[in-house]
Amino acid sequence: MKLRHVATEAKLLLIGIPVLIWTMLPVYHLFLFAISPKDQAMGGKLWPDTPTLHNFEVVFRQQHHYLNYFWQQMWNSLFIAVLTGLITLLVATGAAFAISRLKVRGGRTVMNLALFTYFIPAAFLAVPMYKTMGVYGLLNNQWALILAMVTIASPYSIWVLKQASDKLPWELDEAARIDGASPLQLFRLVYLPLMMPSLVAVGTYALLLAWNEYLYAFLLLSNDKDLTLGVALGNFLAADDSPWELLMTTGLIYAMPPAAIYYAFKRYMVGGLTAGAVKS
Amino acid sequence: MATLALPEVPPAGTARKGLSPWQRWGLIMLAPYVVVFLVFVVYPVGYGLWLARHPESYVRLVDDPIFLRSVYNTLAFVVIGINVKMVVALVLSGFFIQARIWIKVLSLLFILPWAIPSIPTILSIRFMLNPEWGLINSLIFRFTGGDGPNWLNDPTLALAIAMLVHIWKSLPFWTLILIAGRLAIPAEHYEAASVDGATSWQKFRYITWPSMRTLYLTCLILSMIWTMGDFNSVYLLTGGGPADLTHVLATLGIRYLRLDQVDLSMAAIVVALPAVLPLVYFMMKRLSR
Repeated sequence: MKLRHVATEAKLLLIGIPVLIWTMLPVYHLFLFAISPKDQAMGGKLWPDTPTLHNFEVVFRQQHHYLNYFWQQMWNSLFIAVLTGLITLLVATGAAFAISRLKVRGGRTVMNLALFTYFIPAAFLAVPMYKTMGVYGLLNNQWALILAMVTIASPYSIWVLKQASDKLPWELDEAARIDGASPLQLFRLVYLPLMMPSLVAVGTYALLLAWNEYLYAFLLLSNDKDLTLGVALGNFLAADDSPWELLMTTGLIYAMPPAAIYYAFKRYMVGGLTAGAVKS
Repeated sequence: MATLALPEVPPAGTARKGLSPWQRWGLIMLAPYVVVFLVFVVYPVGYGLWLARHPESYVRLVDDPIFLRSVYNTLAFVVIGINVKMVVALVLSGFFIQARIWIKVLSLLFILPWAIPSIPTILSIRFMLNPEWGLINSLIFRFTGGDGPNWLNDPTLALAIAMLVHIWKSLPFWTLILIAGRLAIPAEHYEAASVDGATSWQKFRYITWPSMRTLYLTCLILSMIWTMGDFNSVYLLTGGGPADLTHVLATLGIRYLRLDQVDLSMAAIVVALPAVLPLVYFMMKRLSR
């Protein structure tokens, strides 16, 4: 019996160790470059002889011409992500409430259209979106990216919120109506508080989506001062004389906020985002 | 902020007759999304289709050897990459539901690729694969004394690595979904099977798989659709190279855009629709029930 127990643990480790290496290797490699002095980064060492925080200092002080706008671009990423999160929440919460609780006429059709948009790969919409933003005169404007990201984030957000909303008991609405509550009062006093976990999940989802986006940001923005950090990293790479260690350090810094936000809201994210998918 | 502002609504007194306040507020609260949908989905899609209206575009597209190569690459990506990914996700979902503290900790790390942006980690992988000084070839040299392959300069190898990058990035998401699916299976079923002396394979075959089959198929199809739009894994890793041999449809559209051939760019997407739309229809049927 004991022996079988050991065999089971060994089998689990046999899966766990490769999974750990597979998952962490690219992230560790990023970290390794970030703490290595320029001349030690490229020797294939698994730990630098003299680890240093010098690269972070160079990045934070913007001491390289690729990094002239580092803080500005960090701010741009943050601004775009936060606004995308907020606007998506506004748009999606209203729509989910209208469809699920107010049973608005045509709500089902709108839900289906939104789902349709959700299933179409976002990259397929990128070129038409780029041309359209040109027509609207929004190219090279951060609002183009924010609105594009809201468009991409909304369908899934509405769907997740509608699923969660459908589960709330109808008696609440009936009681509110009998008490003479207006739809807005029902929304504000009953619906929003009960939906809080899903709202956190959806807001975080939209925020991370916008922070992490590369393709749309790369198409819609081109001015160095307007870029998000992700696009700036891409441009960094295009040059022949790129300082790899600074590129990797900036990349590590860029990757940290979403990781932190994910872990902070993990409890809401996992439940909220997988609940809808498992339904079928 | 145009889409944020609520649309002008007639004051309550002038509201249309027969529209209860509940319906009226429903329309008001639905309106922002409808505006977003019309302005940023319907118009662009219509505009895109209009740009792709010339038959000559398709003739030029099919004449372009890079297009045919991209179709082939996209198919390989979807058929090989996604099936491998989903089978691994199915196996790992069984691993991650084991009750061990260290597996809990590992599952926290495992989600990282999905939570963080693609570009830093793909660049990291790109440097790792540098034939001269990259980590992988340095290790190969240290252990075998020989030179490793020039990973990203071989179209087949480069495409295979792009698939691995895609799997690295999206495996956590699908594993998470399948974990949720496994956790929804009542534990009593397994307990009863254990009492009857079932092996773990039999438990999987007769309990896990029958209840997970539908979910697995849904995930497989959804992942196939989305992977056709995976731009980052290819573009950031190989840029479509060497010699434009690793393009997929998603990167090809952007390549034409940068060459100022928007009609070809849209035509390449329109050509993919006959493959995408039936799958989307299938998903809609499944999820809107």
